[in-house]
Amino acid sequence: MPQVMNRPEPEMIAAILAGDIQLYHELIRPYERSVYVMALSYMKNETDAEDVAQEAIVRAFRKLSSFRAESKFSTWLISITLNEARTRLRRQVLVRMESLDQLPDEGNGLSPALLRDWHEIPSEAIERDEVRKLIQQAVDRLPDIYREVFLLRDVEELSINEAAEALKISIPSVKVRLHRAHLILQKQLAPQLRTVNRTPKRRLLPWL
Amino acid sequence: MVIDCKHVWNYISDFIDGALPEEIRVTVQKHLDHCEICSAILDSTRNIIILTADDRVFELPVGFSERLHKRIDLELMRFAP
Repeated sequence: MPQVMNRPEPEMIAAILAGDIQLYHELIRPYERSVYVMALSYMKNETDAEDVAQEAIVRAFRKLSSFRAESKFSTWLISITLNEARTRLRRQVLVRMESLDQLPDEGNGLSPALLRDWHEIPSEAIERDEVRKLIQQAVDRLPDIYREVFLLRDVEELSINEAAEALKISIPSVKVRLHRAHLILQKQLAPQLRTVNRTPKRRLLPWL
Repeated sequence: MVIDCKHVWNYISDFIDGALPEEIRVTVQKHLDHCEICSAILDSTRNIIILTADDRVFELPVGFSERLHKRIDLELMRFAP
């Protein structure tokens, strides 16, 4: 139904609230992956992540009348997803929760891996299960406050403002956390990816 | 203005994002032009961002969408007239 899928979101939301509730299927479709990835970032296993994603999406439907158009629907939905995941984790007492707006310690001298000769993107590497697992594990190991910012900004491509809004933290906090996530991942992954990518065929980065 | 490697590392994310003020960007770029280590750090950081953002890294489980929409249907039935 392309004519339905092309309808502007505010119009779809108004129609759903007016009673055309089946439209919710179409409203939610573009965000299924984002919701799942954010849920997975907390729950660490696919089954729990799927439960959280489903619950968040259903909860968003129940709360749709409280959605205010000052923010984007996607940002609002991600915020609900994160809340759902955190609530579930608190109930399960699985992890230590960190303050929502706790600024990272900037003074402990985190430095990246000092590399030479890593100007090429390992384009074939992503096709290898081993590499995907390395990346997933590295992201999983990030402290919560860095992982959620990294996923929102670099994986789900929210803007800095949207990430700040979804996480209810300040814009400077988003920037600091994102930078530290980059340095941690670079230090951990770059040497490993350089090692596993010893293939003869390589593609140069387009900007070089 | 001259900066050393550690300063450049602090600017890497904003440099990748294109969010540095022009004067600092030019200074960082000059350093990168001559520093093999920092340019490798920049490239490896940028490459990791690109790789991580690949849809294949965090794939949806098989049947996720179908199960989700069934769950939505169950919820919608509660509101159906």
